[in-house]
Amino acid sequence: MPADAANPWLSWDYVTSHWEELLAAGREHVLLTVASVVLALLVAFPLAMLVRRYRVLLGPALSVAGVLYTIPSLALISLLWPVFGLSPLTVIVALAVYALLVVLRNTVVGLDAVDPDVVDAARGMGMDRRGILWRVEVPLALPAILAGVRIATVSTVGLVTIGALVGYGGFGSLILSGFQQNFWHAQILTATVACVLLAVLFEVALHWLQARSAPWARERVR
Amino acid sequence: MQLWAWFTDPAHWTGPNGIPARTWEQVVMSLLAMGIALVLALPVAVLLGHRRRGVLLATNVSNVGRAVPTLAVLIILASIPSIGVGDTAAVLALALFAIPPLVTNTFAGITSVDREVLDAARGMGMTAGQLLARVELPLAAPLIVAGIRTAAVQVVATASLAALVGGGGLGRYVVDGFALQDTTVILAGAILTAGLAVLAEGLFAALERVTTPRGLRSRSAHVAPIADVLT
Repeated sequence: MPADAANPWLSWDYVTSHWEELLAAGREHVLLTVASVVLALLVAFPLAMLVRRYRVLLGPALSVAGVLYTIPSLALISLLWPVFGLSPLTVIVALAVYALLVVLRNTVVGLDAVDPDVVDAARGMGMDRRGILWRVEVPLALPAILAGVRIATVSTVGLVTIGALVGYGGFGSLILSGFQQNFWHAQILTATVACVLLAVLFEVALHWLQARSAPWARERVR
Repeated sequence: MQLWAWFTDPAHWTGPNGIPARTWEQVVMSLLAMGIALVLALPVAVLLGHRRRGVLLATNVSNVGRAVPTLAVLIILASIPSIGVGDTAAVLALALFAIPPLVTNTFAGITSVDREVLDAARGMGMTAGQLLARVELPLAAPLIVAGIRTAAVQVVATASLAALVGGGGLGRYVVDGFALQDTTVILAGAILTAGLAVLAEGLFAALERVTTPRGLRSRSAHVAPIADVLT
Protein backbone atom coordinates (compact mmCIF):
# COMPACT_ATOMS: atom_id res chain seq x y z
CA MET A 1 0.00 0.00 0.00
CA PRO A 2 1.33 3.47 -0.83
CA ALA A 3 2.43 4.98 2.47
CA ASP A 4 0.82 8.40 1.95
CA ALA A 5 -2.52 7.14 0.63
CA ALA A 6 -5.77 7.12 2.56
CA ASN A 7 -6.68 3.69 3.87
CA PRO A 8 -10.37 3.06 3.26
CA TRP A 9 -11.97 -0.31 4.09
CA LEU A 10 -14.22 -0.20 1.06
CA SER A 11 -12.56 0.63 -2.22
CA TRP A 12 -13.99 -0.23 -5.60
CA ASP A 13 -10.75 1.11 -6.99
CA TYR A 14 -8.92 -1.71 -5.27
CA VAL A 15 -11.27 -4.29 -6.77
CA THR A 16 -10.83 -3.03 -10.33
CA SER A 17 -7.08 -2.48 -10.11
CA HIS A 18 -6.39 -5.85 -8.48
CA TRP A 19 -8.94 -7.88 -10.39
CA GLU A 20 -6.38 -10.36 -11.77
CA GLU A 21 -4.91 -10.95 -8.32
CA LEU A 22 -8.36 -11.50 -6.80
CA LEU A 23 -9.30 -13.94 -9.56
CA ALA A 24 -6.08 -15.91 -9.06
CA ALA A 25 -6.68 -16.06 -5.30
CA GLY A 26 -10.27 -17.16 -5.90
CA ARG A 27 -9.16 -19.89 -8.29
CA GLU A 28 -6.62 -21.14 -5.74
CA HIS A 29 -9.23 -20.99 -2.97
CA VAL A 30 -11.74 -23.05 -4.96
CA LEU A 31 -9.11 -25.60 -6.04
CA LEU A 32 -7.82 -26.08 -2.49
CA THR A 33 -11.37 -26.45 -1.15
CA VAL A 34 -12.53 -28.90 -3.81
CA ALA A 35 -9.33 -30.96 -3.62
CA SER A 36 -9.60 -31.26 0.18
CA VAL A 37 -13.26 -32.31 0.13
CA VAL A 38 -12.78 -34.76 -2.76
CA LEU A 39 -9.79 -36.34 -1.00
CA ALA A 40 -11.88 -36.58 2.17
CA LEU A 41 -14.73 -38.27 0.28
CA LEU A 42 -12.37 -40.76 -1.36
CA VAL A 43 -11.11 -41.84 2.06
CA ALA A 44 -14.37 -41.50 4.00
CA PHE A 45 -16.50 -43.73 1.80
CA PRO A 46 -14.41 -46.93 2.00
CA LEU A 47 -13.87 -46.17 5.70
CA ALA A 48 -17.64 -45.92 6.23
CA MET A 49 -18.07 -49.31 4.52
CA LEU A 50 -15.41 -50.82 6.77
CA VAL A 51 -16.97 -49.36 9.92
CA ARG A 52 -20.38 -50.68 8.89
CA ARG A 53 -19.07 -54.16 8.29
CA TYR A 54 -17.04 -54.26 11.52
CA ARG A 55 -19.18 -52.38 14.04
CA VAL A 56 -16.55 -52.68 16.80
CA LEU A 57 -14.47 -50.18 14.83
CA LEU A 58 -17.13 -47.46 15.07
CA GLY A 59 -16.38 -46.34 18.65
CA PRO A 60 -12.60 -46.13 18.22
CA ALA A 61 -12.96 -44.53 14.76
CA LEU A 62 -15.21 -41.78 16.12
CA SER A 63 -12.94 -41.23 19.13
CA VAL A 64 -9.86 -40.85 16.95
CA ALA A 65 -11.91 -38.59 14.70
CA GLY A 66 -12.97 -36.48 17.69
CA VAL A 67 -9.38 -36.00 18.86
CA LEU A 68 -8.19 -35.11 15.35
CA TYR A 69 -11.06 -32.64 15.04
CA THR A 70 -9.86 -30.85 18.19
CA ILE A 71 -6.38 -30.17 16.81
CA PRO A 72 -6.16 -26.55 15.61
CA SER A 73 -5.56 -26.18 11.88
CA LEU A 74 -2.50 -24.04 12.60
CA ALA A 75 -1.01 -27.05 14.42
CA LEU A 76 -2.09 -29.63 11.84
CA ILE A 77 -0.68 -27.64 8.94
CA SER A 78 2.56 -27.18 10.91
CA LEU A 79 2.76 -30.90 11.69
CA LEU A 80 2.33 -31.79 8.01
CA TRP A 81 4.75 -29.12 6.84
CA PRO A 82 7.91 -31.25 7.31
CA VAL A 83 6.23 -34.02 5.27
CA PHE A 84 4.93 -32.06 2.28
CA GLY A 85 6.90 -28.81 2.57
CA LEU A 86 5.68 -25.51 1.15
CA SER A 87 3.24 -27.15 -1.24
CA PRO A 88 -0.53 -27.10 -1.66
CA LEU A 89 -0.55 -30.71 -0.43
CA THR A 90 0.23 -29.55 3.12
CA VAL A 91 -2.99 -27.53 3.15
CA ILE A 92 -5.08 -30.07 1.21
CA VAL A 93 -4.17 -33.04 3.42
CA ALA A 94 -4.70 -31.05 6.65
CA LEU A 95 -8.12 -29.76 5.58
CA ALA A 96 -9.09 -33.18 4.20
CA VAL A 97 -8.63 -34.57 7.72
CA TYR A 98 -11.30 -32.21 9.10
CA ALA A 99 -13.66 -32.74 6.16
CA LEU A 100 -13.17 -36.50 6.50
CA LEU A 101 -14.59 -36.52 10.01
CA VAL A 102 -17.79 -34.71 9.04
CA VAL A 103 -18.32 -36.77 5.89
CA LEU A 104 -17.56 -40.08 7.65
CA ARG A 105 -19.99 -39.37 10.46
CA ASN A 106 -22.80 -38.30 8.14
CA THR A 107 -22.24 -41.25 5.81
CA VAL A 108 -22.41 -43.78 8.66
CA VAL A 109 -25.43 -42.06 10.23
CA GLY A 110 -27.17 -41.80 6.84
CA LEU A 111 -26.59 -45.45 5.93
CA ASP A 112 -27.66 -46.59 9.41
CA ALA A 113 -30.91 -44.64 9.11
CA VAL A 114 -32.03 -46.62 6.06
CA ASP A 115 -35.18 -48.56 7.00
CA PRO A 116 -34.25 -52.24 7.54
CA ASP A 117 -37.58 -53.24 6.00
CA VAL A 118 -36.58 -51.55 2.75
CA VAL A 119 -33.29 -53.47 2.75
CA ASP A 120 -35.28 -56.65 3.47
CA ALA A 121 -37.58 -55.96 0.56
CA ALA A 122 -34.59 -55.43 -1.72
CA ARG A 123 -33.12 -58.73 -0.55
CA GLY A 124 -36.47 -60.38 -1.19
CA MET A 125 -36.36 -59.05 -4.74
CA GLY A 126 -33.13 -60.96 -5.18
CA MET A 127 -30.61 -58.11 -4.93
CA ASP A 128 -27.13 -58.99 -3.79
CA ARG A 129 -25.15 -56.99 -1.19
CA ARG A 130 -23.60 -54.81 -3.85
CA GLY A 131 -26.92 -54.07 -5.48
CA ILE A 132 -28.51 -53.26 -2.12
CA LEU A 133 -25.67 -50.90 -1.25
CA TRP A 134 -25.54 -48.98 -4.51
CA ARG A 135 -29.17 -49.07 -5.61
CA VAL A 136 -30.96 -48.88 -2.27
CA GLU A 137 -28.82 -47.80 0.68
CA VAL A 138 -26.61 -45.14 -0.93
CA PRO A 139 -29.47 -43.39 -2.77
CA LEU A 140 -31.53 -43.31 0.43
CA ALA A 141 -28.57 -42.03 2.46
CA LEU A 142 -27.58 -39.48 -0.18
CA PRO A 143 -29.28 -36.46 1.46
CA ALA A 144 -27.43 -37.15 4.74
CA ILE A 145 -24.14 -37.72 2.92
CA LEU A 146 -24.58 -34.51 0.93
CA ALA A 147 -25.42 -32.61 4.13
CA GLY A 148 -22.03 -33.76 5.44
CA VAL A 149 -20.34 -32.68 2.21
CA ARG A 150 -22.03 -29.27 2.45
CA ILE A 151 -21.00 -28.63 6.06
CA ALA A 152 -17.47 -29.89 5.35
CA THR A 153 -17.16 -27.72 2.24
CA VAL A 154 -18.33 -24.50 3.89
CA SER A 155 -15.98 -25.10 6.85
CA THR A 156 -13.13 -25.85 4.45
CA VAL A 157 -13.65 -22.55 2.61
CA GLY A 158 -12.99 -20.73 5.89
CA LEU A 159 -10.09 -22.97 6.89
CA VAL A 160 -8.24 -22.54 3.58
CA THR A 161 -7.32 -19.04 4.80
CA ILE A 162 -4.98 -20.57 7.42
CA GLY A 163 -3.02 -22.06 4.50
CA ALA A 164 -1.60 -18.55 4.08
CA LEU A 165 0.93 -19.69 6.68
CA VAL A 166 2.58 -21.94 4.06
CA GLY A 167 1.80 -19.66 1.10
CA TYR A 168 -1.32 -21.49 -0.14
CA GLY A 169 -4.31 -19.78 1.42
CA GLY A 170 -6.33 -18.43 -1.51
CA PHE A 171 -8.04 -15.28 -0.27
CA GLY A 172 -6.33 -15.90 3.09
CA SER A 173 -2.96 -15.11 1.50
CA LEU A 174 -4.35 -11.72 0.38
CA ILE A 175 -5.78 -11.09 3.87
CA LEU A 176 -2.47 -11.90 5.55
CA SER A 177 -0.33 -9.96 3.06
CA GLY A 178 -2.71 -7.00 3.35
CA PHE A 179 -2.19 -7.10 7.11
CA GLN A 180 1.57 -7.32 6.75
CA GLN A 181 1.62 -4.45 4.22
CA ASN A 182 0.83 -1.80 6.78
CA PHE A 183 -2.81 -2.79 7.48
CA TRP A 184 -4.03 -2.42 3.93
CA HIS A 185 -7.73 -2.21 4.78
CA ALA A 186 -9.11 -2.47 1.24
CA GLN A 187 -7.23 -5.68 0.49
CA ILE A 188 -8.14 -7.26 3.86
CA LEU A 189 -11.85 -6.51 3.61
CA THR A 190 -12.23 -7.27 -0.10
CA ALA A 191 -10.58 -10.68 0.31
CA THR A 192 -12.70 -11.38 3.41
CA VAL A 193 -15.95 -10.51 1.63
CA ALA A 194 -14.90 -12.61 -1.36
CA CYS A 195 -14.19 -15.55 0.96
CA VAL A 196 -17.57 -15.29 2.68
CA LEU A 197 -19.32 -14.99 -0.71
CA LEU A 198 -17.54 -18.14 -1.86
CA ALA A 199 -18.74 -19.98 1.25
CA VAL A 200 -22.31 -18.79 0.68
CA LEU A 201 -22.09 -19.86 -2.97
CA PHE A 202 -20.98 -23.37 -2.00
CA GLU A 203 -23.68 -23.51 0.70
CA VAL A 204 -26.45 -22.55 -1.72
CA ALA A 205 -25.24 -24.86 -4.51
CA LEU A 206 -24.83 -27.87 -2.24
CA HIS A 207 -28.12 -27.16 -0.50
CA TRP A 208 -29.82 -27.23 -3.87
CA LEU A 209 -28.11 -30.51 -4.70
CA GLN A 210 -29.08 -31.93 -1.32
CA ALA A 211 -32.73 -31.04 -1.89
CA ARG A 212 -32.63 -32.57 -5.38
CA SER A 213 -31.12 -35.78 -3.99
CA ALA A 214 -34.30 -36.60 -2.08
CA PRO A 215 -37.06 -36.55 -4.72
CA TRP A 216 -39.36 -38.49 -2.36
CA ALA A 217 -39.25 -35.60 0.08
CA ARG A 218 -39.52 -32.82 -2.46
CA GLU A 219 -42.85 -31.62 -1.17
CA ARG A 220 -41.30 -31.04 2.24
CA VAL A 221 -38.30 -29.22 0.88
CA ARG A 222 -39.11 -25.65 0.08
CA MET B 1 15.59 -36.18 18.64
CA GLN B 2 15.99 -32.43 18.20
CA LEU B 3 12.43 -32.11 19.33
CA TRP B 4 13.22 -34.04 22.50
CA ALA B 5 16.22 -31.77 23.10
CA TRP B 6 14.00 -28.71 22.61
CA PHE B 7 11.45 -29.89 25.13
CA THR B 8 14.04 -30.92 27.72
CA ASP B 9 16.04 -27.70 27.45
CA PRO B 10 15.38 -25.90 30.75
CA ALA B 11 15.66 -22.55 28.94
CA HIS B 12 12.36 -23.28 27.22
CA TRP B 13 10.58 -23.67 30.56
CA THR B 14 11.34 -20.25 32.06
CA GLY B 15 10.97 -16.57 31.19
CA PRO B 16 8.36 -14.70 29.15
CA ASN B 17 8.88 -16.96 26.10
CA GLY B 18 8.88 -20.17 28.15
CA ILE B 19 6.26 -22.87 27.78
CA PRO B 20 4.49 -22.10 31.11
CA ALA B 21 4.24 -18.36 30.32
CA ARG B 22 2.94 -18.98 26.77
CA THR B 23 0.45 -21.57 28.00
CA TRP B 24 -0.77 -19.16 30.64
CA GLU B 25 -1.20 -16.41 28.01
CA GLN B 26 -3.32 -18.74 25.91
CA VAL B 27 -5.42 -19.80 28.92
CA VAL B 28 -6.01 -16.18 30.02
CA MET B 29 -7.01 -15.13 26.49
CA SER B 30 -9.42 -18.07 26.33
CA LEU B 31 -10.96 -17.33 29.73
CA LEU B 32 -11.49 -13.66 28.88
CA ALA B 33 -13.04 -14.54 25.53
CA MET B 34 -15.34 -17.14 27.09
CA GLY B 35 -16.36 -14.66 29.79
CA ILE B 36 -17.33 -12.03 27.23
CA ALA B 37 -19.14 -14.56 25.04
CA LEU B 38 -21.08 -16.06 27.96
CA VAL B 39 -22.23 -12.64 29.18
CA LEU B 40 -23.38 -11.68 25.69
CA ALA B 41 -24.83 -14.99 24.48
CA LEU B 42 -26.49 -16.71 27.42
CA PRO B 43 -29.05 -14.07 28.52
CA VAL B 44 -30.16 -13.44 24.94
CA ALA B 45 -30.45 -17.15 24.11
CA VAL B 46 -32.26 -17.95 27.37
CA LEU B 47 -34.74 -15.12 26.83
CA LEU B 48 -35.34 -16.03 23.18
CA GLY B 49 -35.77 -19.67 24.16
CA HIS B 50 -38.14 -18.81 27.00
CA ARG B 51 -40.32 -16.73 24.70
CA ARG B 52 -39.84 -19.27 21.90
CA ARG B 53 -38.90 -16.50 19.52
CA GLY B 54 -36.04 -16.01 17.08
CA VAL B 55 -35.75 -19.58 15.80
CA LEU B 56 -34.21 -18.35 12.56
CA LEU B 57 -31.65 -16.21 14.35
CA ALA B 58 -30.67 -18.92 16.81
CA THR B 59 -30.22 -21.58 14.16
CA ASN B 60 -28.58 -19.43 11.49
CA VAL B 61 -26.01 -17.81 13.72
CA SER B 62 -24.02 -21.06 13.48
CA ASN B 63 -24.11 -21.01 9.70
CA VAL B 64 -22.80 -17.47 9.70
CA GLY B 65 -20.05 -18.50 12.12
CA ARG B 66 -19.05 -21.29 9.78
CA ALA B 67 -18.93 -19.13 6.67
CA VAL B 68 -16.82 -16.31 8.11
CA PRO B 69 -13.13 -17.22 8.43
CA THR B 70 -11.70 -16.72 11.93
CA LEU B 71 -8.40 -15.51 10.52
CA ALA B 72 -10.17 -12.75 8.58
CA VAL B 73 -12.06 -11.46 11.63
CA LEU B 74 -8.88 -11.59 13.70
CA ILE B 75 -6.94 -9.58 11.13
CA ILE B 76 -9.75 -7.08 10.56
CA LEU B 77 -9.97 -6.40 14.32
CA ALA B 78 -6.19 -6.08 14.61
CA SER B 79 -6.22 -3.62 11.67
CA ILE B 80 -8.70 -1.30 13.37
CA PRO B 81 -6.46 1.44 14.81
CA SER B 82 -8.35 1.70 18.11
CA ILE B 83 -7.90 -2.04 18.76
CA GLY B 84 -4.51 -2.66 17.21
CA VAL B 85 -2.32 -5.75 17.09
CA GLY B 86 -1.97 -8.03 20.06
CA ASP B 87 -4.02 -10.03 22.51
CA THR B 88 -7.05 -7.66 22.61
CA ALA B 89 -7.90 -8.30 18.98
CA ALA B 90 -7.53 -12.01 19.58
CA VAL B 91 -9.78 -12.01 22.67
CA LEU B 92 -12.50 -10.12 20.78
CA ALA B 93 -12.31 -12.43 17.75
CA LEU B 94 -12.40 -15.51 19.97
CA ALA B 95 -15.41 -14.15 21.86
CA LEU B 96 -17.28 -13.50 18.60
CA PHE B 97 -16.74 -17.07 17.42
CA ALA B 98 -17.73 -18.54 20.78
CA ILE B 99 -21.17 -16.93 20.56
CA PRO B 100 -22.75 -19.18 17.86
CA PRO B 101 -22.36 -22.54 19.66
CA LEU B 102 -23.50 -20.94 22.93
CA VAL B 103 -26.61 -19.38 21.39
CA THR B 104 -27.56 -22.42 19.30
CA ASN B 105 -27.18 -24.92 22.15
CA THR B 106 -28.83 -22.79 24.84
CA PHE B 107 -31.76 -21.99 22.58
CA ALA B 108 -32.14 -25.65 21.60
CA GLY B 109 -31.95 -26.68 25.26
CA ILE B 110 -34.63 -24.27 26.47
CA THR B 111 -36.99 -24.88 23.58
CA SER B 112 -36.62 -28.66 23.90
CA VAL B 113 -38.50 -28.55 27.21
CA ASP B 114 -41.81 -30.33 26.72
CA ARG B 115 -44.83 -28.03 26.45
CA GLU B 116 -46.79 -30.30 28.79
CA VAL B 117 -44.10 -29.98 31.44
CA LEU B 118 -44.41 -26.20 31.17
CA ASP B 119 -48.19 -26.44 31.41
CA ALA B 120 -47.93 -28.60 34.50
CA ALA B 121 -45.53 -26.10 36.12
CA ARG B 122 -47.86 -23.22 35.28
CA GLY B 123 -50.76 -25.20 36.68
CA MET B 124 -48.84 -25.50 39.93
CA GLY B 125 -48.86 -21.70 40.02
CA MET B 126 -45.27 -20.99 39.02
CA THR B 127 -44.45 -17.50 37.80
CA ALA B 128 -42.48 -16.97 34.60
CA GLY B 129 -39.30 -16.47 36.63
CA GLN B 130 -39.81 -19.66 38.63
CA LEU B 131 -40.61 -21.53 35.46
CA LEU B 132 -37.29 -20.42 34.00
CA ALA B 133 -35.21 -21.03 37.11
CA ARG B 134 -36.76 -24.28 38.32
CA VAL B 135 -37.92 -26.01 35.15
CA GLU B 136 -36.46 -24.69 31.91
CA LEU B 137 -32.87 -24.02 32.97
CA PRO B 138 -32.35 -27.31 34.88
CA LEU B 139 -33.81 -29.32 32.01
CA ALA B 140 -31.75 -27.39 29.47
CA ALA B 141 -28.53 -27.65 31.51
CA PRO B 142 -26.98 -30.64 29.68
CA LEU B 143 -27.32 -28.94 26.28
CA ILE B 144 -26.11 -25.59 27.65
CA VAL B 145 -23.04 -27.28 29.14
CA ALA B 146 -22.46 -29.05 25.83
CA GLY B 147 -22.53 -25.66 24.11
CA ILE B 148 -20.08 -24.21 26.61
CA ARG B 149 -17.79 -27.19 26.02
CA THR B 150 -17.91 -26.80 22.23
CA ALA B 151 -17.27 -23.07 22.50
CA ALA B 152 -14.48 -23.39 25.08
CA VAL B 153 -12.56 -26.09 23.22
CA GLN B 154 -12.87 -24.09 20.03
CA VAL B 155 -11.67 -20.93 21.79
CA VAL B 156 -8.62 -22.65 23.34
CA ALA B 157 -7.70 -24.10 19.95
CA THR B 158 -8.23 -20.85 18.03
CA ALA B 159 -6.28 -18.79 20.56
CA SER B 160 -3.16 -20.13 18.86
CA LEU B 161 -3.95 -17.79 15.93
CA ALA B 162 -3.34 -14.75 18.16
CA ALA B 163 0.36 -14.99 17.34
CA LEU B 164 -0.43 -14.17 13.70
CA VAL B 165 -1.51 -10.67 14.78
CA GLY B 166 1.31 -10.06 17.22
CA GLY B 167 -0.35 -11.62 20.24
CA GLY B 168 1.05 -14.20 22.64
CA GLY B 169 0.07 -17.75 23.39
CA LEU B 170 1.48 -21.06 22.19
CA GLY B 171 0.96 -20.12 18.54
CA ARG B 172 3.95 -17.82 19.06
CA TYR B 173 6.29 -20.82 18.62
CA VAL B 174 4.63 -21.84 15.35
CA VAL B 175 4.66 -18.33 13.87
CA ASP B 176 8.21 -17.55 15.06
CA GLY B 177 9.31 -20.98 13.87
CA PHE B 178 8.02 -20.25 10.38
CA ALA B 179 9.69 -16.82 10.42
CA LEU B 180 13.02 -18.45 11.34
CA GLN B 181 12.39 -21.54 9.15
CA ASP B 182 13.14 -23.65 12.23
CA THR B 183 11.31 -26.98 11.93
CA THR B 184 11.99 -27.95 15.53
CA VAL B 185 10.29 -24.86 16.94
CA ILE B 186 7.38 -25.20 14.49
CA LEU B 187 6.79 -28.82 15.49
CA ALA B 188 7.17 -28.06 19.20
CA GLY B 189 4.58 -25.28 18.87
CA ALA B 190 2.24 -27.52 16.90
CA ILE B 191 2.48 -30.27 19.52
CA LEU B 192 1.88 -27.81 22.36
CA THR B 193 -1.15 -26.11 20.76
CA ALA B 194 -2.65 -29.44 19.76
CA GLY B 195 -1.94 -30.87 23.22
CA LEU B 196 -3.62 -27.97 25.01
CA ALA B 197 -6.71 -28.24 22.80
CA VAL B 198 -7.00 -32.00 23.35
CA LEU B 199 -6.49 -31.49 27.09
CA ALA B 200 -9.28 -28.89 27.18
CA GLU B 201 -11.56 -31.26 25.29
CA GLY B 202 -10.86 -34.05 27.79
CA LEU B 203 -11.36 -31.74 30.75
CA PHE B 204 -14.70 -30.49 29.50
CA ALA B 205 -15.84 -33.99 28.59
CA ALA B 206 -15.21 -35.00 32.21
CA LEU B 207 -16.92 -31.84 33.49
CA GLU B 208 -19.93 -32.49 31.28
CA ARG B 209 -20.19 -36.00 32.68
CA VAL B 210 -20.05 -34.76 36.26
CA THR B 211 -22.66 -32.03 35.72
CA THR B 212 -25.15 -34.30 33.95
CA PRO B 213 -27.63 -35.81 36.40
CA ARG B 214 -27.09 -39.57 36.72
CA GLY B 215 -30.48 -40.38 35.24
CA LEU B 216 -29.79 -38.37 32.10
CA ARG B 217 -26.38 -39.90 31.38
CA SER B 218 -26.41 -41.76 28.14
CA ARG B 219 -25.27 -45.35 28.34
CA SER B 220 -24.05 -45.43 24.77
CA ALA B 221 -20.48 -44.50 23.91
CA HIS B 222 -19.93 -40.79 24.10
CA VAL B 223 -19.82 -39.13 20.69
CA ALA B 224 -18.03 -35.81 20.64
CA PRO B 225 -20.17 -33.00 19.23
CA ILE B 226 -19.08 -31.50 15.95
CA ALA B 227 -17.88 -27.97 16.55
CA ASP B 228 -19.72 -25.17 14.82
CA VAL B 229 -16.59 -23.41 13.74
CA LEU B 230 -13.44 -25.23 12.89
CA THR B 231 -10.25 -23.68 14.07
